[in-house]
Amino acid sequence: MSTGSRQGRVEMTHGGGGRAMARLVEELFVAAFDNDLLRRRDDQAQFAAPTGRMVMSTDSFVISPLFFPGGDIGSLAVHGTVNDVAMAGARPLYLSAAFILEEGFPLADLGRIVDSMAAASKEAGVPVVTGDTKVVERGKGDGVFITTAGVGMVPDGVEIGGDRARPGDAVLISGTIGDHGMTILSLRESLGFETGLRSDSAALHGLVADMVASVPGLRCLRDPTRGGLAATMNEIAGLSGVGMMLDEAAIPVRAEVRAACELLGLDPLHVANEGKLVAICPPENADRLLAAMRAHPLGAQAAIIGRVTDDPHHFVQMETAFGGRRIVDWLNGEQLPRIC
Amino acid sequence: MKYIDEYRDGALARKLAGAIAAEIQPGRRYNIMEFCGGHTHAIARFGIEDLLPPEVRLIHGPGCPVCVLPVGRIDDAMAIAARPGVILCTYADLMRVPASNRRSLQSAKADGADIRMVYSVEDALTVAAENPAAQVVFFAIGFETTTPPTALALVRAKAEGLANFSVFCNHVLTPSAMEAILAQPQDGPDPVHVDAFVGPAHVSMVIGTRPYETFARDHHRPVVIAGFEPLDVMQAVLMLVRQINDGRHQVENEYSRAVVPEGNRKAQALMEQVLERRDSFEWRGLGALPDSALKIRDSFADFDAERRFEVPARSVPDPKSCECAAILRGQRRPEECKLFGTACTPESPIGSCMVSSEGACAAHWTFGRFRERRRA
Repeated sequence: MSTGSRQGRVEMTHGGGGRAMARLVEELFVAAFDNDLLRRRDDQAQFAAPTGRMVMSTDSFVISPLFFPGGDIGSLAVHGTVNDVAMAGARPLYLSAAFILEEGFPLADLGRIVDSMAAASKEAGVPVVTGDTKVVERGKGDGVFITTAGVGMVPDGVEIGGDRARPGDAVLISGTIGDHGMTILSLRESLGFETGLRSDSAALHGLVADMVASVPGLRCLRDPTRGGLAATMNEIAGLSGVGMMLDEAAIPVRAEVRAACELLGLDPLHVANEGKLVAICPPENADRLLAAMRAHPLGAQAAIIGRVTDDPHHFVQMETAFGGRRIVDWLNGEQLPRIC
Repeated sequence: MKYIDEYRDGALARKLAGAIAAEIQPGRRYNIMEFCGGHTHAIARFGIEDLLPPEVRLIHGPGCPVCVLPVGRIDDAMAIAARPGVILCTYADLMRVPASNRRSLQSAKADGADIRMVYSVEDALTVAAENPAAQVVFFAIGFETTTPPTALALVRAKAEGLANFSVFCNHVLTPSAMEAILAQPQDGPDPVHVDAFVGPAHVSMVIGTRPYETFARDHHRPVVIAGFEPLDVMQAVLMLVRQINDGRHQVENEYSRAVVPEGNRKAQALMEQVLERRDSFEWRGLGALPDSALKIRDSFADFDAERRFEVPARSVPDPKSCECAAILRGQRRPEECKLFGTACTPESPIGSCMVSSEGACAAHWTFGRFRERRRA
């Protein structure tokens, strides 16, 4: 591959539809994402549709900073959409990627992002089969914004949705909460402190496949991204018309995350994750599901963290480690913009 | 996390709960006001009420700086922020406090005023240094805890000749508010009976324990100064219950790991150098209280935003039906306000107590509102 598209900066011509754009697409994007469907250079990807239920999801990524311990905007853009597709219990098949680049953005950085995205896509086994690039004037964007979309297939017999939780069901989490959000927060200059934290950004469809195979009666799956575990539990409680009772002592939180949250006055339950999922299943399947999760590297620290209750007010409550009870509410206002 | 976890231990909490329950005398009520919003927040967040016997009633006090700021002072800040060339630096919580006419600093910012959220007065000094062409005003609020940093910033600004920096000073004094709580008529329509106080944590690090002696000696109310961790609060409740049972009224210090009787002399001297008492200051809920707040001394007049800019300085009543005033006086519980959870929520607050996470209404709505539904 020529190194010409990795030197200098993004110019308006890179989005102008002329030769500069064609060259950027060719040398950077097609070269990195290389696959049969992309190589056809059509304005769309054509593929045979399998029979059954398809799912589709899309997500935009505006994270700042673009690079962070544990990932970057590129890998995040792959993981985020793969996970949204996988939370239906689906097997993700294809991704699209659209880039909005700001004039002046270093092409070397764009190259790093695209390489990271290609590596994440390859590792996940979900190719980027179509894409788009636009350039906006300096000052009208912030380096790079990425939008990805994904399609996937739901295996027969799998029925997963946010409205399926029933009183008595068990609530599980796949690992420690708050790692991504606190990593990003700690990097923001104005906060001025350093930690050894890493984002948990990861593609969860492999873990989901193992879980679905082990407990086909799985009822709900969600990845607790913005708004954290608290938002996800409130979403499911509302959609299913139930309450929740969480056990604070059972929720895994890294000591560094707890310390950083304490310092900033944040609740780890409100902090974003990019490589964790919440699962709800009938109580009799809980131990089997937990074992399946723990057998997967991305679920090694999985835990049963609570149960679904019958509650006309749809409150998400928590037994505190201290011995009292409290509500786990939605995040009020905005914790910090541009977390994903 | 060692130094935090040991003050949040569930097993110790159960032990303390048992000790408190054992001390309760049948038929006796224990009305304990936690003065500080920091305590109110901890009580709600850790579910401390679930660990206390029903005879112990915790009354949330007025020690939330955002809550006690009257509408008029927010209007003043809005007037300063509206002036061309001004950058107003403020804590995030203040952005959402309702001003007159359903406006707020947040809506002023959306309309184009340059209002920036900062974590400390230090950040405001940085903004001033980086924007020499702008007039940078720090919206200073808080009890004695946040006052020394403001005083220090003024000293620095003067030393460095930072001519584009000034402070809109709204610092208030804890003992005056406690005094006002106890001065409320006991024969009115809503008497507040406070048997004892959980005294401030961080405020006491600055002022020490001596300013509370008058409440023990003259008002016969036990005071236990306590840290903001949940075990601190439980321990303080136990100490207060024992004092009440014994008929004692003393100032005791549960927070001896941080608070000494004389307080932080250096911080006190700094405040004294830069600030002086106002004749009177209006508090939300408590009205105009003499000697209850601080203003900037004449020797630092150049850095006083109230002198540099004209402010309306009008007294503005709270929104109708909002019970913040009665809640701040301890006369009403948040859930007794008609607006609580209906028209007034943390997303769209009508009263200031619903804004800050230390406010009684916000704390109860966010963490404790399931209790009402259970009682209903």
